Amino acid sequence: MGEILTAVARAFEMLVRLDPELVEIVLLSLRVSLTAVAIAAAIGLPLGAALAVLRFPGRRVLIVLVNALMGLPPVVVGLAVYLALSRSGPLGVLGLLFTPTAMIVAQCILVTPILVALTRQVVEDLWLEYEEQLRSFGVTPRRAIPTLLRDGRRSLVPALLAGLGRAIAEVGAVMIVGGNIDHVTRVMTTAIALETSKGDLALALGLGIVLLLLNVVLNATAELLKEWADRDSARAGEAA
Amino acid sequence: MTGPLTLEAVRFVRSGRALLDDVSFSLERGPVTVVLGANGAGKSLLLRIAHGLLRPTSGRVTAVGAQAFVFQRPVMLRRSALQNVEYPLAVRGVERRERRRVAATTLERVGLGGAAAQSARTLSVGEQQRLALARAWALDPELLFLDEPTASLDPTATTAIEEILRSIHAGGAKVVLVTHDLGQARRLGGDVLFLDRGRLVERGAVDDFFDRPSTPAARAFLEGRLGW
Repeated sequence: MGEILTAVARAFEMLVRLDPELVEIVLLSLRVSLTAVAIAAAIGLPLGAALAVLRFPGRRVLIVLVNALMGLPPVVVGLAVYLALSRSGPLGVLGLLFTPTAMIVAQCILVTPILVALTRQVVEDLWLEYEEQLRSFGVTPRRAIPTLLRDGRRSLVPALLAGLGRAIAEVGAVMIVGGNIDHVTRVMTTAIALETSKGDLALALGLGIVLLLLNVVLNATAELLKEWADRDSARAGEAA
Repeated sequence: MTGPLTLEAVRFVRSGRALLDDVSFSLERGPVTVVLGANGAGKSLLLRIAHGLLRPTSGRVTAVGAQAFVFQRPVMLRRSALQNVEYPLAVRGVERRERRRVAATTLERVGLGGAAAQSARTLSVGEQQRLALARAWALDPELLFLDEPTASLDPTATTAIEEILRSIHAGGAKVVLVTHDLGQARRLGGDVLFLDRGRLVERGAVDDFFDRPSTPAARAFLEGRLGW
């Protein structure tokens, strides 16, 4: 018990004096996950919106596929990316295995289906409301996509935050493709796993606290934004 | 064939039922045309088909020039009032500075100049409908369709809408209005299209229609209404 209390005290001390090792790991985590979510958003937002408004052959298959991909276990994604990037794999020549880039790729694959699915929901609801009016303005479904993404932004930002929360808390995939190399690919989750197994609880706890706080902040922001969006539509509902 | 809107033998079938059948008419520029009829007679449907939102099962619709449509419950884009007016102009490729100018002037004309920066969805119902009219007016349409634009408004807001409608009409637009408000039909209407169960059964000048309806369906409709 005394050992744990000492570890907790040391963890807080590391946080307070911004321990360089801890800060480095946190910053790498943020860099990897923010980049992954940015790329996932660039793919997921338009794709989700397209699935919501366009009718094309194979649409249903694509929706089922996206939903299935949402439930992918991170270790399986890690394994697939590992195989693709390993020296004998199809993308082995790029030499990306065990680099932050490989971790970005893995997280991107994990987050994109989530963003596609959440975007589709948001945009479908908005399209239901907007369709007749936009078509009266002469807007085709394809041209409506940027409009719907813009006007749905208050509901879409929480989706992005959810994606970021998922990416940054994920451990299985980045462990496999990043390798948890000190100063190179060590992020919060992989460091926690390693330090715990080594018995260095202080750093593990410190990172755990950061991760927890980060998720609280992300969720609180998402909640506030949602409330803001709801209040706006509630007022519009009252008026209508 | 020279009018701004012509329908020829328009028929619309849904789930085996003909909701509109053999509707033909040609509208002239000039008077406000009011479309009357009981609930379910096909008035809104007729308007949507004329505007091109729905395709008729058979028959032909010919409309010339720019069109605009004002719905009973206008859809407010999640943007400011000014941006709501700018949006359809942008869709038509109007250049940024010009569309800002047109949008601002039109907002002034409907009395919303002071609300330009306000989020459209926080406006009152009456203001929202005025904004919807501004959105339509800014496009300078040759044909303006309105589907019960004042159905959920109080008398003051209704008067404001009717004033704006008169101005748009005075500017040369052909106005086609669906309404359940017979007072409004008399105040604004020049001629009447009367629908009964999907068919165009009577057509004529507004005074003739109200004073001397020639079909039993129209007589029943007017008596039912006035009897309340």
